[in-house]
Amino acid sequence: MKNYMSTFKISDTTFTSRLFLGTGKFGSNKQMEEAILASGSELVTVALKRIDFETETDAILSHLKHPNINLLPNTSGARNAKEAIFAAQLAREAFETNFLKLEIHPDPKYLLPDPIETLKATEALAKLGFIVLPYIHADPVLCKLLENAGTAAVMPLGAPIGSNKGLKTIDFLEIIIEQSKVPVIIDAGIGSPSDAAKAMEIGADAVLVNTAIAVAQNPRLMAEAFKEAVIAGRKAFEAQLGSVSNYAQASSPLTAFLNE
Amino acid sequence: MNTFNDLFKKYDWDTIEKKITSVTASEVEQSLSKSKCTIDDFLNLISPVAQNYLEIMAQKSHALTKQRFGKTIQMYAPLYLSNECQNICTYCGFSLDNKIKRKTLTDSEIKEEILVLKEAGFDHILLVTGEANYTVNINYFLNAITIIKKHFANISVEVQPLSEEEYVSLHKAGVHTVLVYQETYHEEVYKKYHPKGKKSNFEFRLETPDRVGKAGIHKIGLGVLLGLENWRTDSFFNALHLDYLQKKYWQSKYSVSFPRLRPAEGIIEPNFIMDDKDLTQLICAYRIWNPDLEISISTRENEKFRDNIIPLGTTTMSAGSKTNPGGYSVDKQSLEQFETSDERSAFEIAAIIRQKGYEPVWKDWDKSFSHKM
Repeated sequence: MKNYMSTFKISDTTFTSRLFLGTGKFGSNKQMEEAILASGSELVTVALKRIDFETETDAILSHLKHPNINLLPNTSGARNAKEAIFAAQLAREAFETNFLKLEIHPDPKYLLPDPIETLKATEALAKLGFIVLPYIHADPVLCKLLENAGTAAVMPLGAPIGSNKGLKTIDFLEIIIEQSKVPVIIDAGIGSPSDAAKAMEIGADAVLVNTAIAVAQNPRLMAEAFKEAVIAGRKAFEAQLGSVSNYAQASSPLTAFLNE
Repeated sequence: MNTFNDLFKKYDWDTIEKKITSVTASEVEQSLSKSKCTIDDFLNLISPVAQNYLEIMAQKSHALTKQRFGKTIQMYAPLYLSNECQNICTYCGFSLDNKIKRKTLTDSEIKEEILVLKEAGFDHILLVTGEANYTVNINYFLNAITIIKKHFANISVEVQPLSEEEYVSLHKAGVHTVLVYQETYHEEVYKKYHPKGKKSNFEFRLETPDRVGKAGIHKIGLGVLLGLENWRTDSFFNALHLDYLQKKYWQSKYSVSFPRLRPAEGIIEPNFIMDDKDLTQLICAYRIWNPDLEISISTRENEKFRDNIIPLGTTTMSAGSKTNPGGYSVDKQSLEQFETSDERSAFEIAAIIRQKGYEPVWKDWDKSFSHKM
C-alpha cells in the first residue's frame, strides 16, 4: 500500500501541489510572491490585462520568476468567445505557454461565466493547440460537452467568485468529479482552508484560491494554512474516508418480527 | 421602459427629500444588517440619522471593498484636450462667458502631453473636453484616440453627450469607459445652472447613459456635482440611475465619482456645503449598497481626505492632475476647469497608497479586448 500522496497531470505536465493560486488583490507584489512561495503552488494564474509587456521588467512577472512556478495566463475581461480567443493568442505569445485559463464573463458584476461562449471558445482553442482550463458553473452536462470539445481540465465554481462562501455547489461538484475524465479543479468561492480540505476530500484534483489568501491579514501564513489543508484533504481522500451513516440504528427495529 | 427618463418621471424630488430626512435609526440598522441591499437601503444609509453609524458603515465598506477589489487602487490621469465650450455653466471655469483665450490640443501637442503621463507611469487615461461641437467633435475624438491608443491600455472619455452612433464608433475605436455626470437631478435648478448651450437640455443629458449603454461601452461612470443641490437627494437619484442602468445594460461596469464644487475662474459659491463627514458617509453608502461599483476619488479632494479615504471604499484615484489643456507640458498656464486640491505627483501618491498597504495598479486592461475582428 502506498503511503505517499499521488501527483496528477494536466495534459503532459505533472503537478505535485494540488493548490493553484491567483495573483490579484494582493496589497503588494512582494506579499503576493511570499504567499505563493509559502503555498508551495506550482501553477499560478495571471490576468493578461494586468501585464505590461512593453516594459521588460513588468512589476508582477518579475515577482513570479521561480523555477517551480508555472504561469497560467487568464482571459479575464473577455466578454465573448471572439475576444477570449484573440486574448488567448496574445497570451500564448507573451507568456510562451499553451496553458490557458479561459474566463468569459459578460457579467462584470458577479463575473459569472458564460457557458455557451466558453464551450465555443474551448473548441476553437483546443484545435489551436491550447491546453484549455475553462472557468465554468458547476454544470455536469457542460463538463461532458467540454470534454468532447477537447478541454484539458474543468474549473467549476464552488460559489460566486470572491465570495468566500465555500462549496455551495457541492452536490453538482460531486457529480462532476464522479463523471469526469479530465482533472477537476474547483475554482472560486473557496474561503477557508477547511473549504479547500473539503474539496479535496470529495475528490477534486486541485483547488484554485485567490481572495481568501490575498486579502488575509497575513497572506503568507494563510497560504501555508491552505497548503496544509489541501494536503490533509487529499490524504484523507486517498486513505478513503469512512462513509457517513445516514441511518439511525433504531432501538426497536421494524423488521425484528422477521426473526421471531 | 425606453430610457431612464421614464422611470425618473415617476419620482418627485420633494417626496424623496422628505423621505430621506424621516428615516429612523431602526431602519438604518436594518439596512446595515442585510447581505444584499436595495435602493431603499441606500436611501436609509444616506439619511442624516445614518451619520450616527458612520464608523460601522466605514468598517463594512472597508471589508466589502477589500473582498471585491482586494488591496489595490487603480491609477489614472486626466488629459484635457480642449477648453473650448459653447455652454454657460455658472460653476465651471470653461463656461462660455469666461472671456479667456481658448485652447484645443493639436496632434503634436497631444503627443507631448502623452510623454509626460507615460513617464509618470500611467497606462489608464481619461480624455476631457468642454462642449464645442464644431471643432471638438467625434472626428476630433477619433483622431485623438488613434494617437493615444498606441500608448495607453485603457482610454476613458469625459466629453459632451453624443449620439448612440457616435458612442458605437468610440467603442470600436477602443474607448473603454464613458463618464457623463448629470451635475444635478433637480430639473428646475439644473436649468438655472445651465442657462445657455446644448447642455441646458436636461433630458438629453439624462438619457445619455442609455445611449452609452446601448452602444456597448464597457464601463459607464456617473456622478453629481456636489454643492449644486442637496447632496442626499441628488445622490439618491444618481443611485437610482445606476440601479436602472445596471439592470438594463448588465454587460457594462459602473463607476461613480464625487466631484465637490471647487474654486474656478469666475464661478459662484456652492449653494450647499458638503463636509468631509458627509462625503465619507456617501462613499460608504454607495459601497454597502453596491459592492461592485467602482469608486473614484479625484484630485479635487485635499491631501488629508484622499489619504484617509483609500481603505474606505475607494477603487480608483487620479494623481498629479492638470485640468487645463496642455497643462502637463505644452501650455502650463492655459485656462483650467477647476483648481485641483491635491497637487502631489503620481509617484508621491503611489508611495502613499503603498504605505496604506495597498498596491497601486497601473494596468488593468488590455487593448486586445477592444480588438474588433
